[in-house]
Amino acid sequence: MILKGRVWKFGDNIDTDIIIPARYLSYTDPEALKVHCMEPLDPQFHTKAMKGDIIVGGYNFGCGSSREHAPIAILALGIPLVIAKSFARIFYRNAFNKGLALLEADILNKVYEGEEIEVDLTTGVIKCKEGEVKAKPIPAFMEKLINDGGLINYLKKKLRGA
Amino acid sequence: MGMTITEKILAAHSGKKTVEPGEIIESTIDLALANDITAPLSLKEFEKVEATKVFDPERVVFVLDHFTPNKDIQSAENCKKIREFALEYGIKYCYEGGECGIEHALLPEEGLVVPGDVVIGADSHTCTYGALGAFSTGVGSTDFTYGMVTGKTWFKVPESIKFICYGKWQKWITGKDLILHIIGMIGVDGALYAAMEYEGEAIHSLSIDSRFTIANMAIEAGAKNGIFPVDKRTLAYVKTRGKRPYKVYKSDRNARYREVIEIDAASIGLKVACPSLPSNVKDVKEIKDVDIDQVVIGSCTNGHLEDLKIVAEVLKGKKIARHIRCIIIPATPKIYREAMRRGYFKIFLDGGCIISPPTCGPCLGGHMGVLAKGERAVATTNRNFIGRMGHPESEVYLAGPAVAAASAIKGRISHPDEVT
Ligand code: SF4
Repeated sequence: MILKGRVWKFGDNIDTDIIIPARYLSYTDPEALKVHCMEPLDPQFHTKAMKGDIIVGGYNFGCGSSREHAPIAILALGIPLVIAKSFARIFYRNAFNKGLALLEADILNKVYEGEEIEVDLTTGVIKCKEGEVKAKPIPAFMEKLINDGGLINYLKKKLRGA
Repeated sequence: MGMTITEKILAAHSGKKTVEPGEIIESTIDLALANDITAPLSLKEFEKVEATKVFDPERVVFVLDHFTPNKDIQSAENCKKIREFALEYGIKYCYEGGECGIEHALLPEEGLVVPGDVVIGADSHTCTYGALGAFSTGVGSTDFTYGMVTGKTWFKVPESIKFICYGKWQKWITGKDLILHIIGMIGVDGALYAAMEYEGEAIHSLSIDSRFTIANMAIEAGAKNGIFPVDKRTLAYVKTRGKRPYKVYKSDRNARYREVIEIDAASIGLKVACPSLPSNVKDVKEIKDVDIDQVVIGSCTNGHLEDLKIVAEVLKGKKIARHIRCIIIPATPKIYREAMRRGYFKIFLDGGCIISPPTCGPCLGGHMGVLAKGERAVATTNRNFIGRMGHPESEVYLAGPAVAAASAIKGRISHPDEVT
């Protein structure tokens, strides 16, 4: 699958309290959550981000609490992909479970804010102005999970005995 | 090749003789936990999969501790949904009201976690139970749903990093200082995806409360779990409480480690993690003239009896500085009651502190002590991220109980020797 989108750059250690502050966690509706996405760093992020945009981060993206509200808020803004140097493990699981794609690649210093990049999710090849970068391949197990339509669909099928 | 305690527990729960780091396994779980923030999302998923029951109503636990006593209408609605779900599906352990404590202090105290367990929790600090020689780790709401329905989950077997601590601890030092020291040394992603295992004479001399603190903050180094050897203290703790049989696993002498780090206990002073990362660690003596507005003593990290005892020792007969709010939050009803019985409450109240019911409250900027713009707090909690306790321009300094209490008295970040 090929994705094309504008880049929003964030730095290292973007924690889940930044992605969605705890005071909004009593909401479960994606629409209510998305307007607070990245609020501590940019309260207007939700008005600027457009469907198809891509978040690019540094080390340890998604560290901190286990809140699934974080990938939900990102997805609700129409952002289908986060590319970062590395991801915190709970965020990694949650993102795949929710259908937010993640790629591990070090491109923070290779792209500029607002640049449009092209990403081939299958091969992991990222095309930006500075050239091509290859992301770490998605583990086979995660790929299978995505192909099954995420963990919940997989479980649903399993319970139906399909 | 031998195996680590983490590998042995995971092998035993996946029906294998051996497992290797990097291997993906399907593991059975002994307990699945969610709270009032993570359970609502999970119950939505539960509806989607059209499940008719949970895998074991005695092994699915809900603790309504974060925004409770309900801070607003939305939190009340969430708790109501969980309560109704618990009734409908016969969930035996759903803690709220006067029975409720902060989940990671409450579950071990209630004997719901025992050595050798595999526990998942829809809360990142689920890694706390490693203090008892269990494998426990945080997951999201969807993974929790899967676990709650099937009694299973998948794991990538983590590599292990071993920390060997030798020598004697200095006065006032608790588990908080060791874990802050380690996070300061290896960084917030220093143990990413790995198991942090502890060993050595100085580890055995630590109280179980201190071990909870250390295991609790494994996630702050990016780790999957933190884990301690089971010793006499562990068994004494578990024997009086455990609701299920336990099993003791031990790392083999020839087990593999990604890294082995030795630490001289005597070299560790009182530590503070400055804003806005838990790895931004300094010795309290290096911090000069940092005035504060609030002190929070509590959380799943440091709301244990040991912590309250130290605070009582530092505060005894003294008053906190004017204009400082010092909020003390015993982590569970049992700790609350015991602190009261020992007379700590009188010391706290005479000193001008606020005693809160057990709740997460200010730890995550929820309620009961949220910070205004520009305010600064010393907290015995585990995260000092931007805006964690309130306004994005407020600041949190993380410390252990002795520094927190001394700072409340002085109105600035202080060493307990300055006031005792
Ligand atoms: S006390 Fe703080 S860190 Fe612990 S479970 Fe509650 S919110 Fe999370």
